[in-house]
Amino acid sequence: MTEFTATEMMTIAAARALSNDDVCFVGIGAPSAACNVARLTHAPDITLIYESGTIGTAPDVLPLSIGDGELCETAVTTVAVPEMFRYWLQGGRISIGFLGAAQLDKFGNINTTVIGDYYHPKVRLPGGGGAPEIATSCGEIYITLKQATRSMVEKIDFFTSYGHGNGYDDRQKLGITTKGPTLLITDLAIWKPDPVTKEFTVVSMHKGVTREMVQETCGWTVRFADHVAETPEPTALELTTLRDLQARTAAAHGGTREKADA
Amino acid sequence: MTQFLSLADAVGQNLKHSDIVAFEGFTHLIPVAAAHEAIRQGIKDLTLLRMTPDIVYDQMIGMGLARKVIFSYAGNPGVGLLRRMRDAIENQFPRAIETVEHSHSAMAQAYEAGAAGLPLAVFRGYKGADLPKVNPEIKSITCPFTGEELAAVPAHRPDVTFIHAQKANRKGDVLIEGIIGVQKEAALAARRVVVTVEEVVPDFKGLHPNLTILPNWTIDAIAVVPGGAHPSYTHGYYERDNATYLEWDKISADRDLFAGWMRENVLEVGPEVFAMRVEGLRS
Repeated sequence: MTEFTATEMMTIAAARALSNDDVCFVGIGAPSAACNVARLTHAPDITLIYESGTIGTAPDVLPLSIGDGELCETAVTTVAVPEMFRYWLQGGRISIGFLGAAQLDKFGNINTTVIGDYYHPKVRLPGGGGAPEIATSCGEIYITLKQATRSMVEKIDFFTSYGHGNGYDDRQKLGITTKGPTLLITDLAIWKPDPVTKEFTVVSMHKGVTREMVQETCGWTVRFADHVAETPEPTALELTTLRDLQARTAAAHGGTREKADA
Repeated sequence: MTQFLSLADAVGQNLKHSDIVAFEGFTHLIPVAAAHEAIRQGIKDLTLLRMTPDIVYDQMIGMGLARKVIFSYAGNPGVGLLRRMRDAIENQFPRAIETVEHSHSAMAQAYEAGAAGLPLAVFRGYKGADLPKVNPEIKSITCPFTGEELAAVPAHRPDVTFIHAQKANRKGDVLIEGIIGVQKEAALAARRVVVTVEEVVPDFKGLHPNLTILPNWTIDAIAVVPGGAHPSYTHGYYERDNATYLEWDKISADRDLFAGWMRENVLEVGPEVFAMRVEGLRS
């Protein structure tokens, strides 16, 4: 088997979680790569939606922003932003929201707003954008994240997007009817919420990863399932698809990156 | 009724000190030339409204035009953070700014409410989120039919909205295609509307009949500014200049570099430079 990086494994594991029937609200970055690898491999008819209003888009390269022209050119339809949030997201038409995080806790609550105090921030992040409502209106939420103690924290500084609160049936108590975070895919492992406590639990570790590596890069005490599987390695097709996509993306944005780095 | 004006006159006659103003565009069709004209005219104390403040709001904030920013995502798309905006928030440089933060859903629906003449937008939002704790404009309302508790935010009513569009016809009707964003709602919510366009054509015969987003009697002024959305893009005319977005990260990181860039590229030039900037990006 070809060598692969931890990030490639994360992206491919995330891609595998998506099916042909899914209607997926796609975030930029790792979620966008995973969703497009799924589309180019086992889920050719998956519906990808970006918050700029493009529905059923099939870009040849990964977009730099959520509103790149190619997303519109290859979409089934493009709608106004208010319509996107009212009819499609709030109307319950989207099965999966795929989010990243600056900070994440063990119950899948996400912060992308601010590190530190809101009024005197250590780091002011871009903010929630569509995520506060994506987290509660999509059928379920998948999260991708590279493991690090600064991002996987015991307590997030700001609730941008609600996951399972403090666990158990906190979502239902708030009147939220969707499932919330059901899957976390990191560069080391696959996590699923405990059916009762809703705490993320490691169900599968990627090849070569030890329990110590998972714990050392996580800010809370990690729970492991009774049986922890090994994530199947990327197949040749999955790796080639991802690398070709990234090569096309680098070629498309490459000149601009060089210019910016000069 | 709309008037065809120079950009300087369109901005000068419609944007005043202390106005609430929206320069809307969702990645696509951002009215950059109009915002640069506002910077040149030295308008002060603006409340800047926009779903996605990007580098042109970074420029306006960095030049001290804003006293308040109402937004839902403040970033340089695909690149990182807005460094001039952060400097204003974290260090009050060049002046302190107030921020009012929402979600995209709230911002989009607040514009819709403004366009519809309603005082508020009602939606299923912010459940479990911390934003209502730091934004007193986010309240809740109980549905009189089902008893469900819903989020409520005040309607956006800008004094003036600026947008950029592909075409106007001679009568001043305006056409947009591609990613259409929130521009129609932002325009109809505003008291005054200014549109910059790539070109004026005699009429819209032969084009898709649903592409006109604003009839001429909803618009106060139209200025023809080819390339006026650069470094964002105009679908069918020129591509997004990703290099400029990436470069902005470095320019905006340094106060002096920023000031020099603004002098050279905004203060000492006019709207005619936009056509040259998109020359190599035309499809």
